[in-house]
Amino acid sequence: MAGTVWRSTLWRLMGAMKTPGPQHSRPFTRGIQTVTLIPGDGIGPEISAAVVKIFEAAKAPIQWEEKNVTAIKGPGGRWMIPPEAKESMDRSKIGLKGPLKTPIAAGHPSMNLLLRKTFDLYANVRPCMSIEGYQTPYTGVDLVTIRENTEGEYSGIEHVIVDGVVQSIKLITEEASRRIAEYAFQYARNNQRAGVTAVHKANIMRMSDGLFLRKCREVAEGYKDIKFTEMYMDTVCLNMVQDPTQFDVLVMPNLYGDILSDLCAGLIGGLGVTPSGNIGTNGVAIFESVHGTAPDIAGLDLANPTALLLSAVMMLRHMGLHDHGRRIETACFSTIRDKKVLTKDLGGNSKCSEFTNEICQRIQDMD
Amino acid sequence: MAAALRRSLVTVAKGLNGPWLHHLRSRPLSVGACLRAPEAPPARADSTFKVTMVPGDGVGPELMTAVKDVFKAGDVPVEFEEFHLSEVQNMASEEKLEEVLTSMKTNRVAMKGKIHTPMEYKGELASYEMRLRRKLDLFANVVHVNSLPGYSTRHNNLDLVIIREQTEGEYSSLEHESVTGVIECLKIITREKSRRIAKFAFDYATKKGRSKVTAVHKANIMKLGDGLFLQCCKEVAELYPKIKYENIIIDNCCMQLVQNPYQFDVLVMPNLYGNIIDNLAAGLVGGAGVVPGESYSAEYAVFETGARHPFAQAVGRNIANPTAMLLSAANMLKHLNLEYHSHMVNDAVKRVIKQGKVRTRDLGGYCTTGDFVRAVIDSLRPVY
Repeated sequence: MAGTVWRSTLWRLMGAMKTPGPQHSRPFTRGIQTVTLIPGDGIGPEISAAVVKIFEAAKAPIQWEEKNVTAIKGPGGRWMIPPEAKESMDRSKIGLKGPLKTPIAAGHPSMNLLLRKTFDLYANVRPCMSIEGYQTPYTGVDLVTIRENTEGEYSGIEHVIVDGVVQSIKLITEEASRRIAEYAFQYARNNQRAGVTAVHKANIMRMSDGLFLRKCREVAEGYKDIKFTEMYMDTVCLNMVQDPTQFDVLVMPNLYGDILSDLCAGLIGGLGVTPSGNIGTNGVAIFESVHGTAPDIAGLDLANPTALLLSAVMMLRHMGLHDHGRRIETACFSTIRDKKVLTKDLGGNSKCSEFTNEICQRIQDMD
Repeated sequence: MAAALRRSLVTVAKGLNGPWLHHLRSRPLSVGACLRAPEAPPARADSTFKVTMVPGDGVGPELMTAVKDVFKAGDVPVEFEEFHLSEVQNMASEEKLEEVLTSMKTNRVAMKGKIHTPMEYKGELASYEMRLRRKLDLFANVVHVNSLPGYSTRHNNLDLVIIREQTEGEYSSLEHESVTGVIECLKIITREKSRRIAKFAFDYATKKGRSKVTAVHKANIMKLGDGLFLQCCKEVAELYPKIKYENIIIDNCCMQLVQNPYQFDVLVMPNLYGNIIDNLAAGLVGGAGVVPGESYSAEYAVFETGARHPFAQAVGRNIANPTAMLLSAANMLKHLNLEYHSHMVNDAVKRVIKQGKVRTRDLGGYCTTGDFVRAVIDSLRPVY
């Protein structure tokens, strides 16, 4: 308790100074930092190469350490990721990851789940911003969904009580709820966001969602500079499709986060343009594109690297390299806005490499 | 087009009501009598239908007043038995609930507003809203999301039906604190109820001439629970070879709904997903104020708004949009076999929306609830 008070006082002080600094103070911010790159499967290698190229053009002080990740069976038959990939991540703390395919085999875990478990990635952050030039029915969307990623409905505890009756357990803990709420408020403050909305269903799940909500309220006490509101999940959906501009940062348990983050991605044009980041304990963070591996166009130079590129921009911001992030993002958005060089899924006719070169060109023109 | 056809039919019926009557065999005779002189149906005591009314909280009572006003002006032979059941106003008790249930048992039909559930609870985890639903076994919630002609939104000409199981799933009110700070909330899925809702959905699709049913689930994560639901849908689908069956994961479904909602026809899903999709889809066509909904059990039918919100911030401000409740009332009249009155109310509301002169604030107008209701009443019997 005393710890919380002390910490919140500290944050208030930091907020007063308005430092847009990185969340975890990293010793060598000026020097070159290592990032673990997991290219992924399908179109993964192509879009990863595109991002590396763009980063070179922008002279981002990043050194890549490429690691392939496939699930292997460790001692005792437990699925795990290769030790060298884990070591690399433990050293660099920051990862960028393309789409990974999950082999369809009995008992084979989803790769995303495995990474999540290995590094205790408790928060999934997805900023959704309307992209000028890529037409959807919605304009002016600018919001962030923050989803609790370790418990809730996805705890994976289920059993058949008697034949034909299944019980699934949704787990909500005080610890995880407070952790996600704290992250959400910290994120809002670091990214100059005005408000945080807790999304819940405490009118139906009075105890579990009630606990989540209570923790959000408690944490909000420590962040007087950020406006706190609470809303029912259904109301959020209703308002979201009518006027998404009213929302800012949204924080929620697992299932609602899963649904809302995809819904918001739909508002701005789908998973092909939505970046995503996963925040873990001990300062680990993995940024990723959440679309599929698209095996049908893999290797054909047709893929759209925007989602992975914007995730990489998120990563730069997370590392405190705001300037580089801004330049890459501006170049990417202006390329899409001008509609001259676009990949097929964005409504253009260009190749992935052409789109990449165009962005590089624009970054160099900025200098 | 259909409305115009109906209107001309009604005019024909005025003159010669013989062929018109064969539709209505199931009705009490006196209702048939209404048709003979549509301007003034007789208000004989034995010809009225009794309907239970639970106005609920928030703007519920205001919306019910709107319904009553329109019914009165239209001489609709329906009499309401009103019960005020509210948790926030301390008007909920076991006796009250019993009264409502007794009334429902004789009337079998009800109109209902949303009974608001306060987040603070005393002992009992299940809200009155839920208990009412369970006692009456209202297992199927149907929301027909239909764009209103004349009011344009980002997605026009939408026509999809959302069917939601609403007695089990996440809404089972089974929660406990295993150790301090750790809460378990149980989601129950049973084969019996999953099959029942699946069958309901396919029957509905057959009856309404729809071509596709899509089951919404999250069976990739909840392999047993949602898996069972999906399995049941699949089994039932095999009995209806004429109707196409598909399934979709809930998060993808939400994304598709905002990008391309036209691909869906009838959607069937467990409880919580239904709550989310009902609201999302209502938002696509104009919000909570314009989409009617209904809940069914084997015996009872409850008519309500599609997206159930108390809308408490609007209480007493005369700004609520009664469209959803009035359309729901029209659906109720249809359920009671009062086709003529149902069309009258439905057409009047649609006409007012289409003309676009009188609109409440949620639809971008400046009119009050009262203005809207008056406009509807004025167009109940249009002069041509």
